[in-house]
Amino acid sequence: MARIIAGVGTSHTPAIGAAVDNGKTDQPYWQPLFKGYEPAKRWMAENKPDVVIMVYNDHVNAFDFKIIPTFALGCAEEFPIADEGWGPRPVPIVKGYPELAAHLVQSLVLDEFDMTICNEMQVDHGLTVPLTLLCGTPQAWPCRVIPLAVNVIQYPAPTGHRCFRLGEAIRRAVESWDEDLKVVIFGTGGMSHQIQGPRAGLTNPAFDTAFLDGLSKDPERLLSIQPLEYLREAGAEAIELVMWLLMRGALGERVQEVYRFYHIPASSTAVGNIILEAR
Amino acid sequence: MSEHKEAYEDIPGTWVFDAQRARLGYPLNEFLYSLMKDSNRKAFLANEREYTLKFRMSPEQREGVLKRDWNRLLELGGVSYALAKLAFTDGKSYQYMASQMTGMTEKEYVDMMLKGGRSPDGWRTKAERQGKR
Repeated sequence: MARIIAGVGTSHTPAIGAAVDNGKTDQPYWQPLFKGYEPAKRWMAENKPDVVIMVYNDHVNAFDFKIIPTFALGCAEEFPIADEGWGPRPVPIVKGYPELAAHLVQSLVLDEFDMTICNEMQVDHGLTVPLTLLCGTPQAWPCRVIPLAVNVIQYPAPTGHRCFRLGEAIRRAVESWDEDLKVVIFGTGGMSHQIQGPRAGLTNPAFDTAFLDGLSKDPERLLSIQPLEYLREAGAEAIELVMWLLMRGALGERVQEVYRFYHIPASSTAVGNIILEAR
Repeated sequence: MSEHKEAYEDIPGTWVFDAQRARLGYPLNEFLYSLMKDSNRKAFLANEREYTLKFRMSPEQREGVLKRDWNRLLELGGVSYALAKLAFTDGKSYQYMASQMTGMTEKEYVDMMLKGGRSPDGWRTKAERQGKR
């Protein structure tokens, strides 16, 4: 049986990818951040998942504005790296797992989650930066990746409650797949940040800490956070945190927090990282 | 135009990219999306006004693009991630664009972030912002 063994929450700030790609990780600005991710990288190397389900959002790269899916699952054999405006990141192509992705789609739709099916899709920094942070710079990524893109760009994003319930349905779907597989689910984006308008640069460490505590100890409490509260308290782009709730929903009731890291800034973002093992 | 007002319109210094704004911003954002291709970036830089005429954006949106008036473009339905493609086309960073939106120099903005960023205090509602000024 396939099992979700853990969830990883992490920011996916594009500047982090650029720092790696341009050899800046030892600079004073970046060094504390990459040092803070070392234990998570070790955890990933030790736990060797076969498959990562990457919950992330596209940033006007795979999808323009012609079609805006709320939940889109990548079912392709592989996913090319998008040119976001300065050339594609020099990272390995992302290999999918079409057989398992097809199973997830069937299971999720029958479980009343209407997924958009993507048989071709480019992936952007939202997906590649978390891989870089947790896997470093290998010649080929060490696991297969099923992308799950969530619309958080055009308001409203799906609610945290809805995302959490989708996570629960993903757990059921994975556990009904016969093959012996270790699956890790990532929830990415956030934490507090706003990158538009005169209020850009907003961060809220108190909000972020309470959110991390809630993921670990009492996720139900987080499900009632309304979109307005994310926007007002933690910045217009903090709504991305609903994707962390999707990840948490897939872990079952009890989890063990094995790592946490928090750092300001990466560009305009308060960066968070948490690893929760399913119990 | 209806008088309907959403609660998030009361957050100062913020233009939430909602369905109404997305509707107005559609041609603008399609223009910005086209800048993902290197050949389009070059064509745009070679003759900016002419290139933008290929898209059915409003005169206000076109002026905003030519002047790099970032906040005006947000107000007119531009989405920040798409606007970033215009900044990248200019060889600028996202951080530069964000600093321009706040009226700070890039250095002032970076320094604010290194000190932990902007506190939400005084920035939650328009009334709270007025009180802080």
